[in-house]
Amino acid sequence: MSILEIEGLHVYYGAIHAIKGISFKVEPGKIVTLIGANGAGKTTTLSTIAGLIKPRRGKIIYNGQEIQGLPPHAINRMGICLVPEGRRIFPNLTVMENLMMGAYNRKDKNGVKQDLEWVFSLFPRLAERKNQLGGTLSGGEQQMLAISRGLMSRPKVMMMDEPSLGLAPILVEEVFEIIKKINKEGVTILLVEQNAVGALKISDYGYVLETGNITLEGHSKELLANEQVKKAYLGL
Amino acid sequence: MSLNPTILIQNLLNGLMVGGLYALIAVGYTMVYGILRLINFAFGDVMVMGIYFAYYGATLIRLSFPLAVTVSLAGTALLGIVIDRLAYKPLRNSPRISALITAIGVSFFIESFAVVFFGPNYKPFLDALENKTIAFESFVIGNVYLPKIIFIILGITAIALFILFVIVYRTKIGMAMRAISADIPTTSLMGINVDNVIGFTFAISSALAALAGVMWALRYPSFYPYTGFVPGLKAFIAAVFGGIGSIGGAVVGGILLGVIEMMIITLFPTLMQYKDAFAFIILIVILLVKPAGLLGKRTVEKV
Ligand SMILES: Nc1ncnc2c1ncn2[C@@H]1O[C@H](COP(=O)(O)OP(=O)(O)O)[C@@H](O)[C@H]1O
Ligand SMILES: [Mg+2]
Repeated sequence: MSILEIEGLHVYYGAIHAIKGISFKVEPGKIVTLIGANGAGKTTTLSTIAGLIKPRRGKIIYNGQEIQGLPPHAINRMGICLVPEGRRIFPNLTVMENLMMGAYNRKDKNGVKQDLEWVFSLFPRLAERKNQLGGTLSGGEQQMLAISRGLMSRPKVMMMDEPSLGLAPILVEEVFEIIKKINKEGVTILLVEQNAVGALKISDYGYVLETGNITLEGHSKELLANEQVKKAYLGL
Repeated sequence: MSLNPTILIQNLLNGLMVGGLYALIAVGYTMVYGILRLINFAFGDVMVMGIYFAYYGATLIRLSFPLAVTVSLAGTALLGIVIDRLAYKPLRNSPRISALITAIGVSFFIESFAVVFFGPNYKPFLDALENKTIAFESFVIGNVYLPKIIFIILGITAIALFILFVIVYRTKIGMAMRAISADIPTTSLMGINVDNVIGFTFAISSALAALAGVMWALRYPSFYPYTGFVPGLKAFIAAVFGGIGSIGGAVVGGILLGVIEMMIITLFPTLMQYKDAFAFIILIVILLVKPAGLLGKRTVEKV
């Protein structure tokens, strides 16, 4: 059974029909990516799954349960976490507090401590800056913090919205490596990227989103080899 | 002009005390503003309800004074939650002007409610005390009389503000409050029920306003449904003065406003009649000179 299944999802912003009946599946333990140009509807899709936007029609099924229309905090508590576009670090909170925001609902103190050690081992720079305000971090550090904050909720499904956006090439590599590492720990990943090459290289399965429709899907290796994809997204 | 040092000290203390009470209300304005970008004009009225609750708790239900005050704080905390749920929550996604007009409506509603249910006439708050003398005792140092009640009020104000700072800066829910003031949707993505945190903010803000009200009434014991109007307005000015959105600013703004008011009438006793106008002059000056307030940061517009 898929851990996450989207069926005929329609999302509107007022009169703008942003998502036009898309369906896709995320299998447990996999990295699934949604690629598409700017304005295709990637962020809208993730925000809708996270509960920030209510869909007009369609179903979002998580572990067999319909979750569309639930508030974002309820969806997060079920184990779905969104690392939002633009990082959305709390600039007025320290790095440590940002991380604890991720763990807000957790009662297992020891587990939280372990996860804290884990994210500090993934991103040693955060450990050095843990008493600094989030707003004082560099863009790359903020992205690491955003990912770590997401991990602190110990999610079952982690959705990431363009984690490589605006990062220096060397950091882009690092972020993709980290996503693979997180996935190896058993976290299912739904990754949204404009950087189609990077995303397809680390993912198992991919969907191509164009102006609110899914126009192509397949195993990531196949998509990487697909002529259409090469032309449109890989700049080849 | 000869300055009498006794009067100077007494007025300074009075200014400090009144300023502390402004601060207790101002932190409410600033916290609610920080979270919702909303001026809850009803805090002055919540303050009066706090006075009525304590008064009737002690005189009608015959609770001991401390218990009556506790009940009053709990009652006003609940009132704050109800105000948010009924009046403001339905308007979360509406233009700010709608919420602002609603806030004025809430204020009028509470005032009218108090007139209808508690009567429009003045009531003697000290009837709520078993032992009224406490309100009149003084320390005497040389020829300076220092009313005990001022020190009690200053002490309680300091403790209340300290507790507030601990809540906001050292507890989980305080962390959530600060997160909400920066970014509501992202806070909800952390699994936090934002409405509950907002409700909590209204609860503590309202209880602090009520506490200010009770102490106000200990010092100025005659009260009626509109007693909260002037202190509520001045607390709002204090919050803007200190930098709205900044809790430290609200405290500094409140205390400074109280002290400045008292100092002006100490130095220029003939201006006594215009006492309530100084706050507005200060407001105008600060808006011209430093619009973000003393401790306020220039707000980064949210994208
Ligand atoms: N808040 C909004 N209000 C109106 N239209 C929006 C809003 N957010 C996004 N859109 C529109 O919805 C479409 C999809 O946007 P988005 O999901 O952000 O795309 P992507 O993340 O793929 O770049 C775009 O046409 C965009 O202009
Ligand atoms: Mg986007």
